[in-house]
Amino acid sequence: MHTATQLAHSVQIGLGVFYLFVALMNVGFALYQCYAANNRRQGIVWSLVAGVFLVHSLAYFAGANWIISAGFRDFTTQVMGYYGGQLGPILYTTVSIILFVLFLRYRKFFTEPVVAWSILNLGLLAAGWSLTDDNFRKIITKEDNVPIVMLIFSVGFFTWLPFRRAVLNDERMANGEPPMEKEEEEKVLVWPDLVYTEMIAMIVCTFVLVIWSVLLKAPLEQPATTAKAPNPSKAPWYFLGLQEMLVYYDPWMAGVVLPTMIIIGLIAIPYIDFNQKGNGYYTFVERKFAITTFLFGFIVLWCTLIVLGTFLRGPNWNFFGPFEYWDPHKVLPLNNVNLSDYFWLPLGVTFPEGQGIGGILVREAPGIILVLLYFAALPPLLAKTIMRPFFIKMGFVRFFLLINLFQFMAALPIKMVLRWAFNLKYIIYIPEYFFNI
Amino acid sequence: MADKSRRGFLRTIFGTWFGIAWTALTASAAGMTLGTIRFLYPNALSEPPSKFKVGFPSDFETGQVDNRFKDQNAWIVRIRDPQLGDIIYALSTTCTHLGCTPNWLEGEQKFKCPCHGSGFKITGVNFEGPAPRPLERWAIRIAEDGQLEVDKSKKFQKELGQWDDPESYVKV
Ligand code: FES
Repeated sequence: MHTATQLAHSVQIGLGVFYLFVALMNVGFALYQCYAANNRRQGIVWSLVAGVFLVHSLAYFAGANWIISAGFRDFTTQVMGYYGGQLGPILYTTVSIILFVLFLRYRKFFTEPVVAWSILNLGLLAAGWSLTDDNFRKIITKEDNVPIVMLIFSVGFFTWLPFRRAVLNDERMANGEPPMEKEEEEKVLVWPDLVYTEMIAMIVCTFVLVIWSVLLKAPLEQPATTAKAPNPSKAPWYFLGLQEMLVYYDPWMAGVVLPTMIIIGLIAIPYIDFNQKGNGYYTFVERKFAITTFLFGFIVLWCTLIVLGTFLRGPNWNFFGPFEYWDPHKVLPLNNVNLSDYFWLPLGVTFPEGQGIGGILVREAPGIILVLLYFAALPPLLAKTIMRPFFIKMGFVRFFLLINLFQFMAALPIKMVLRWAFNLKYIIYIPEYFFNI
Repeated sequence: MADKSRRGFLRTIFGTWFGIAWTALTASAAGMTLGTIRFLYPNALSEPPSKFKVGFPSDFETGQVDNRFKDQNAWIVRIRDPQLGDIIYALSTTCTHLGCTPNWLEGEQKFKCPCHGSGFKITGVNFEGPAPRPLERWAIRIAEDGQLEVDKSKKFQKELGQWDDPESYVKV
C-alpha cells in the first residue's frame, strides 16, 4: 500500500551515492588485506565485492529501477501481524536476544575481522534494497531518526572492538602470555600527544555537525496545544526505552521506580562486583558474568528498545513492520485483562466498585502473593541452588542486593512477554490507590 | 595596608581592575538570580473558567462523541446506557496513564492515546494498553437556560464508584 513502483530520480541518485560509498569502503578493505595483512586471496574477494556494489551504484545512476520484491514486503508485514498483531514485537525481541546469545557464545567467530566485515556488508546491502521501499525509506531518512541509524552502526562497532581485543587476549592468556595491553605499556605525553588528538577530534566533530545542520532540516513541529498531540507522540530518542517500558507498566513503576533502580544498580556495580580481574586490559573469560549482565541491560534492554521505538512504533503506538504503511487507523484488538480477572472470573466471583481496603486485598491476593514470592522467595531459593557459589563468595548482603537488582531488570522482559502472550495488563491492580504492578 | 575609611572601601571595589572584575561578576550573578526568580511569576495567568456551556441536549446525537470542546479538556458524549437510558456526560481528555491527549477514532469506536497506546471505550472505560483507570468524567448539569453546563471543578472516577452520582451525567 502507498508504495510507488517507479523510483523517483532523487532516490536513484541517493542510492547510487550510497552504493558508491560502500564500494569504496570495500576497495579500502581489499587494499588493506592485500598490502597490510598480506593476504592476496582476501584482497581479490573484497575487490569482487566492491565490484558488485559498483555495479549497483552505476545502475542506479543510470536510472535502473531495481526495487525490493513486493511479495517479500507483503510477506514480512503479514508475518508481523500474526497473533493479533503481537508476533512483530515477539519476533523482534526474541531475535535480538538470540543474536545476543549467539554473539557471546561464538564471539571468536563473529569478531574475526573478515566475518565482521561480511556482516557489515550484508547489513548495508539489506539496507540498500530496503531503501527502495517508500515506507521504509520515509522512516529511516526522517531527520529525527538519522542519529538512530548512526547509533546502530556505532554500537555495533564499539561492541565489536573490545570483544575482538578480549578474544585475542583470552587466547594469549590461555597460552600463558600476558595480555596485549601489558606489552604496549609505552607512555605517551598529555602535551602534545593527547591534546593534539583532542584538537583533531574537535575539528572533525565541528565539521560533521556543520555538514549535518546544512543537509538535514531541524525536526520542528507546529506550536503545541493540549488539544492536539502528535500521533505517534515520541519521547526524545534516548528516552524511548523508558517510553516502551511505560507501555507495560504503570507510570510510577516505569517512570519512577524502575529508572531509580537502574541508577542505583549502576552506582552499586563497583560494590557488588567482587571480581578483581580485568583491570587495564580487555577480557571476556575472566569477567563473563559482569559483561554479559551489563550488555544485556545496555544492548538488549536499552538500545534495541530505542530502535524499536524509533522505527517500528507508529501511530497510536502500534507496532508496524519495517515495510508497513503507518496507518493511523490500523485496528489491533488488544483487550488487556488483569490477573485478578483471570483468577476470579472463572470462579464466578465478582467484586463491586468502590469497596474498602479489605475487599481490594482479597481481590488482588493472587497478584500480591505472586509478587511477594518473586521478591522474597526466589532469592533464597537461588542462593540454595544454582547460585550457591555466588552466595558463598559474596556474602548475604551483596548477594541479595545483586539478585534484587537483577530481578528488577528481569521484571521488564517478564512483563513484556506476559503482555504479548496472555494480554496480561496488571499483576496487582489497585487503581483506587494508584498502585499497579 | 588596608584602608579602613569609607573612601578606602569604595576605592577597593571600584578603584582596581581586580575590584571592578569582582564587582561586575557579583552584580551579574545577582542579576541572573533575580531574573530566574522572576520566571516563577508568569506575566499572564490564563485560567479558563471551570464552568462552560456546551449547547442544548438536542444538539447531541446518540452514539456520537463531540470533539468541539477538546481544547477545553472535555468530550461531550451521548449514549444509550443499559441501566440509565439516554444520557449525556462530559469526559476528560486527559489520558489516565501519563496525561497525553487521546484521539477519538470514529471507525474503531474508541479513544486511542498516541503516547503508549492506551485505548478507551466510548464510555471512557480503559480496555487496552497501560492506562490503569477509566477516563474521568466532569460534572454536568442542565443550566437555567436549558443549556448543558460542564463544571470542571468536580470530577468523577469510575473505580471509586462515582459514575453512579447523578451529577456526573444528564438524563435526556
Ligand atoms: S499517556 Fe496515554 S497511554 Fe500513556
